[in-house]
Amino acid sequence: MLELHNVYKTFNPGTVNEKRALNGIDLTLNEGDFVTVIGSNGAGKSTVLNAIAGVWPIDSGSIVIDGQDVTALPEHKRAKFLGRVFQDPMNGTAATMQIQENLALAKRRGKSRTLMPGITRREQEEYRELLRDLGLGLEDRMTSKVGLLSGGQRQALTLLMATLQKPKVLLLDEHTAALDPKTAETVLNTTDAVIEVNHLTAFMVTHNMKDAIAHGNRLIMMNEGKIIFDVAGEEKAHLTMKELLDKFAEISGSSIQSDKTLLA
Amino acid sequence: MDFLLSFGRSLPSALGQGLAWGLMAIGVYLTYKILDLADLTVDGTLSTGGAVCAVLITMGWDPWLALLMAVLAGMLAGLVTGLLHTACGIPAILSGILTQLALYSLNLRIMAIGDIIKLGDAAAKTKATLGLNVDRNPLMLSSRYVRELSSRNPLILLVIIVAVVIALMYWFFGTELGCSIRATGANPNMARAQGINTSRNKVLGLVVSNGLVAMSGALLAQYSGSATVDMGRGAIVIGLAAVIIGEVLLDKLFRNFALKLLASVIGAVIYYVVITLVLRLGLEATDLKLLTAMVVAVFLAIPYLKERYMSKAKKEVKTDA
Ligand SMILES: Nc1ncnc2c1ncn2[C@@H]1O[C@H](COP(=O)(O)OP(=O)(O)OP(=O)(O)O)[C@@H](O)[C@H]1O
Ligand SMILES: [Mg+2]
Repeated sequence: MLELHNVYKTFNPGTVNEKRALNGIDLTLNEGDFVTVIGSNGAGKSTVLNAIAGVWPIDSGSIVIDGQDVTALPEHKRAKFLGRVFQDPMNGTAATMQIQENLALAKRRGKSRTLMPGITRREQEEYRELLRDLGLGLEDRMTSKVGLLSGGQRQALTLLMATLQKPKVLLLDEHTAALDPKTAETVLNTTDAVIEVNHLTAFMVTHNMKDAIAHGNRLIMMNEGKIIFDVAGEEKAHLTMKELLDKFAEISGSSIQSDKTLLA
Repeated sequence: MDFLLSFGRSLPSALGQGLAWGLMAIGVYLTYKILDLADLTVDGTLSTGGAVCAVLITMGWDPWLALLMAVLAGMLAGLVTGLLHTACGIPAILSGILTQLALYSLNLRIMAIGDIIKLGDAAAKTKATLGLNVDRNPLMLSSRYVRELSSRNPLILLVIIVAVVIALMYWFFGTELGCSIRATGANPNMARAQGINTSRNKVLGLVVSNGLVAMSGALLAQYSGSATVDMGRGAIVIGLAAVIIGEVLLDKLFRNFALKLLASVIGAVIYYVVITLVLRLGLEATDLKLLTAMVVAVFLAIPYLKERYMSKAKKEVKTDA
């Protein structure tokens, strides 16, 4: 479903700020894979997601989504394959537009935007139902500006928007990190449910090891722009926190214990 | 008493100016408020609109056709700024300034076209003003009749044009394409993630906006009876003044998008009424730029200062408790 072949990316090449962020990433996601990604700060997790989404061109390598080579496609043309939820709740929605307008924008992802109405009555009914299923009471506030919603509500809405058109791959970049623990759990449960119901292929970056172990069928660990550990299936299902920590220490040669954020 | 009388007599004229500038204010609203871009092309575009319309009318064109050509010329200017910004990566402000500067030279040439066609080599190659006369030229409107109670009163046509433009914009920004332009301004990252071509949309917004500004210039040239190369100088500030005055005074009242556009037009009318008032009070016309800059600075500062003052007041309440 998603293939990355030998992907390299260096930021600010030739300057003092030169930073090799992706150092030969090879990765294949099968249809229905739900991969959790961990790694310390600056490991390149977000950079992988941005490379897949096409935020900037990669230096070398190729990216294939659902059999189609998208390496040369700009961000907005890749969007039809991808659902995205960002770490910052402000990022995934248009604050000055209504809840229903945001959904209508997402509904048209991958379609050409014409001079037909931006939102129809039929859609409004559809959105009302979907919002009711979210259980946040948003179905009664469809014409409210999204800027009035809380961070958790916005992330839940962004998640709904990302899956309104079934994406080939769902990209989640620490999408619960900015939320309080209880809201984070709610959003994470919603995420599980959405992925399950729609049989989505998903790629979820998290800083929380417990979450990484508890969710998904495959786990990837990154360090210095490389994938250093990759487990799936039975092995992943029986993975413990201790094994994961040991693994990190063994492969990277440093101790993860010092990385407090990873243990949070 | 005399003062009030003369002020009252000049009100209709101010109203006409305000309405014509209102179209320009709508154009500024589209870029400044919806696309979140400061587009400085408009100073040049306003003159271009006036120049194209005036020169075509003096060449005997139908004034409506001349107006249409002026709008197209404005859209072309918006396209150039848009491409400089998106395709060439030049910051929006600078792109606008470059187009504006280029338009200054072009506008001087445009206004000379009529003479060159008529007189050939004998004619001057550039021209800084072009007079229009209701008696000789078939104009759509003229300020001469602004106090008349008849169908040739220019206010009638101006109100109709403004209403049609607002209706059109209201429809357009409710379409799929229009919504995607609003999303582009509101959150470009989100827009791209939803498959929206933000570069194309910025260009489109600039094209529409500059088309409206040129229309404003074309109507102003007819209304006041001349097009000049300087008529657009400082236009962006007047447009901003209109948008901001409309917003500060009417934001709470006007929630609907069409009403927000109307607020900008009302802002432009208020601006010209105030200008007329201060002119009657004895200021020179050349003082207006200073006054305008001050008005805009004050109105831009109000929301910021209000917020700061309010949050300070809140803090004080807290510490009191
Ligand atoms: N747009 C950019 N320009 C320059 N450098 C960048 C850019 N994006 C990322 N980097 C650098 O690339 C490296 C990897 O960053 P990335 O954001 O992928 O890390 P991460 O694994 O997501 O970390 P975190 O857990 O802190 O989110 C970092 O050193 C970062 O500073
Ligand atoms: Mg990150």
